[in-house]
Amino acid sequence: MTTPKNSLAETYNGPMVSLQNIHKTFNPHSVNELTIFENFNLDILKDQFISVIGSNGSGKTTILNLLCGSLPVDSGKILVKGQNITKMKEFQRAKFIGRVFQDPSKGTCPELTILENMAMAEAKDKHFGLTFGVNRKRLDFYKSQLELLKLGLEDKLNIQVGSLSGGQRQALALLIATMTPIDLLVLDEHTAALDPKSADNVMRLTDQFVKEKHLTALMVTHNLKFAIEYGNRLIMMHKGGMVIDAAYEKKDALDVDDLLNQFNQISIEVGN
Amino acid sequence: MDVFISLIISIFEEGFIYGIMAIGVYITYKVLDFPDLTVDGSFPLGMCFTGLLISVGVDPWISCILSFLVGAVAGGITGILHVKFKVTNLLSGILVMTALWSINLVITNGSAVLSFFNKPTIFNSGIGSLFTGVMSDYKVMIMAGVLVILVKIIIDLYLKTKSGLLLRASGSNPQFVTSLGRDSGKMKVLGLAIGNGLTALSGSILGQQSGSANINSGTGMVVMALASVIIGTTLFKKITIMKATTAVILGSILYKACLSIAMLIGLPTNYLKLLMAGIFAVVLISNNMLTGRRKKVHDNSKK
Repeated sequence: MTTPKNSLAETYNGPMVSLQNIHKTFNPHSVNELTIFENFNLDILKDQFISVIGSNGSGKTTILNLLCGSLPVDSGKILVKGQNITKMKEFQRAKFIGRVFQDPSKGTCPELTILENMAMAEAKDKHFGLTFGVNRKRLDFYKSQLELLKLGLEDKLNIQVGSLSGGQRQALALLIATMTPIDLLVLDEHTAALDPKSADNVMRLTDQFVKEKHLTALMVTHNLKFAIEYGNRLIMMHKGGMVIDAAYEKKDALDVDDLLNQFNQISIEVGN
Repeated sequence: MDVFISLIISIFEEGFIYGIMAIGVYITYKVLDFPDLTVDGSFPLGMCFTGLLISVGVDPWISCILSFLVGAVAGGITGILHVKFKVTNLLSGILVMTALWSINLVITNGSAVLSFFNKPTIFNSGIGSLFTGVMSDYKVMIMAGVLVILVKIIIDLYLKTKSGLLLRASGSNPQFVTSLGRDSGKMKVLGLAIGNGLTALSGSILGQQSGSANINSGTGMVVMALASVIIGTTLFKKITIMKATTAVILGSILYKACLSIAMLIGLPTNYLKLLMAGIFAVVLISNNMLTGRRKKVHDNSKK
């Protein structure tokens, strides 16, 4: 793998990502005012693969939106590799934060072919100038990458991505998000819109990429089984706070029943 | 010359000249998914600006290039209004179109028509003067044809570059462009600049063909360009090897042909715009009936 040009500071030993004293209120000064975070803190260490679960409105998706810059924080700091990125725009953060959305159509461009999508993913680190979009010399590389997905997409390079199934598009989106070096991979309920078989496949691929590429990842999911099975840290969110935060051995000790009990308790509280 | 042949020639002449505008609108409407009303202002802008330049003795080819550039600036302003200042796409276009009316009047020094007969244009100087004798009847058609094909090739090549891919992605999935660490707003501004630059170039060439610039020439250009784009891309969709830009040029010729035939049959000129809108309505409705259902299924959930 090449040296990550887009990544921030190279020699850094602190947490990969750090959310510090985050405050976030939706619709301030209105009847719909809703405070999600009051002084929220979270450190994500390098090579951690965190599963985040929680009831609706617990703030788990808001964390992702604040991290990626789709939503601004009211106050607080977001650090990636020790550098303050709080003021950066979403597209600027995308250079070192890869994101896969719940909606499979968001992570790829439907009008363009698989080949063109791959070429654009590779150009993320470079210039989008007036050179030809698709470099034929890289064809073998694109094929080898697509083979990792085991969906036969390497033989369909010239078909439009829009004609692929949701599962295929999501697998491709995952590949595209992780093709260039990133500091953090954000997975936003990325298996929720898929059928069970595709969801399993995309989840397996996610785990494979995270391990092979040594990625730090933050995954929000509604699937308790995935949350237990994958990753090395588990967080359960409730009302803007963490009710469970178990890493490594502590996480291994958790099982679905424990989680379900805890989950039911907080869900009953909010009336779901 | 036979009336029929001269009619066909004039259809091709105008089809090609307006085809350049249609390619521009193809970029804004089809590639960027931006219904751009600036066109009604940037078309006469190109025409009037060329009129001014040629009357003061600027080389006609350079006038074409400068007209493209002022058109691009106009489109860029529409883009900036929309992207930076969050004005809706239709309103941004209307604002710039309205402002351009005054700008065009300033350029023509307050007159509705700026004539520059006897001045060198691309059609009667340089390469244009090489067409003599029997060839001079085909001069405008051939030159406009070469120009529109040139524009088509350049745009086709551009859309295959990395920047071009990013432009296409900005229209179809802006979130994807953001994920690639790029500002999709910038690409929108760029696309609108190219689209309106081509529209102004089209106006410039039409002005040079007629030897005068008319401040009213922009009325109905949005409809004409959109009709060309939609006729072209709908009719020739099945022919997958045909590039959309080619289809759009053919759409422009077909649209001009429909209008000319109606005039030939004896429709009074006063009804021209009514007919233009009518044809466009028929195209839109039939297009919706043919593809409406399919499109709904494929429509991605947008925010």
